[in-house]
Amino acid sequence: MSDSLINDLVNPVEPFLRSDRIPHIWCPGCGIGTTVNSFARALIDSKIDLRSLALVSGIGCTGRVAGYVKLDSFHTTHGRAIPFATGLKLANPKLNVVVYSGDGDLSAIGGNHLIHAARRNIDLKVICVNNLIYAMTGGQTAPTTPDHSTTSTNPYGVFEPSFNLPHLVEAAGAVYVARWTTFHVRQITKAMSEAFQKKGFSFIEIISPCPTLYQRRNKMGDALDAMKYYKEKSKVRHGAPTSEVGMTMTGEIIVGKFVDRERPDYQTMMRAQYTESLGERYVEEPEMVCDCS
Amino acid sequence: MAKGRVSIVVERCKACGFCVEFCPTRVLALSSAFNSKGYHPPHVVHPEKCSGCDLCGMYCPDFAIFATKTDPVKAGGDK
Repeated sequence: MSDSLINDLVNPVEPFLRSDRIPHIWCPGCGIGTTVNSFARALIDSKIDLRSLALVSGIGCTGRVAGYVKLDSFHTTHGRAIPFATGLKLANPKLNVVVYSGDGDLSAIGGNHLIHAARRNIDLKVICVNNLIYAMTGGQTAPTTPDHSTTSTNPYGVFEPSFNLPHLVEAAGAVYVARWTTFHVRQITKAMSEAFQKKGFSFIEIISPCPTLYQRRNKMGDALDAMKYYKEKSKVRHGAPTSEVGMTMTGEIIVGKFVDRERPDYQTMMRAQYTESLGERYVEEPEMVCDCS
Repeated sequence: MAKGRVSIVVERCKACGFCVEFCPTRVLALSSAFNSKGYHPPHVVHPEKCSGCDLCGMYCPDFAIFATKTDPVKAGGDK
């Protein structure tokens, strides 16, 4: 049987998992589990009080993360992870709210919520696992699918231009924007720890392999081939202009921390505006205390 | 004396091969044995080379492998 049970060593990620639900449903070689490893290490490194942390995810392969982590997690309706998270943050401003979802959920079905949360600079940490396709529903073209790749809805090749997510969220107003691939596990951990320190809308895009749908249809090999491609073709360019970091099917992947800036967040702006307009008459409601014990 | 040791939960493994490929000191190889789901889990071929960096644990998408640094005092006491 397992070696770990014999010598009571414990995987560092184990305390963050609902072990009874493991093994998970993700395909062999899917990168989502790797991002969960990095997320667990980031939680350990940043010493966040887990009782002040909430994880919200939408629908899709990445949306399953909410079901596998042993945190206060919330599996919401399709595309609406950010609205649920916004409500959570506004009702209880002390919470650290993490949105953990996929590219289809965040940028297609929930695209409007993504740009408006970035515009308002709501204090959310958004982790977007981008596998370049709608994976759970059978490999349809997503807004992030690169040109000329084959999908089940574009059997002769994708001809629509794809979204460049870092550019989109920077233009909308995010304060922290980074992109890494699942090959860069330590860098993802560091980026997540940095995002936890940041006040405002932080966005981390993680390019992840999808061996079952994206790679298979495009004859790009298995997940290990994808990881080797990330290793070979990714170029770290911190502070690169996000307009230049678009993805192509087989070209370079520009990774790094693109944006790290300061902007007042939604609640700071709200307080400032009300104080300016109402002066003495503006009294903040006492903070809601939820005694869940 | 190895600086670390690898622990493998074979029943969780889906044989993606990330740990074998990205181990910096090449400690692992996919074994020819099957687990109950029919995958070939990795096994340790060079235990003495393990540095305990836990990169295998960081890459494993199935939470099936991890490495720990060996405590030199404790390891000496065992023998």
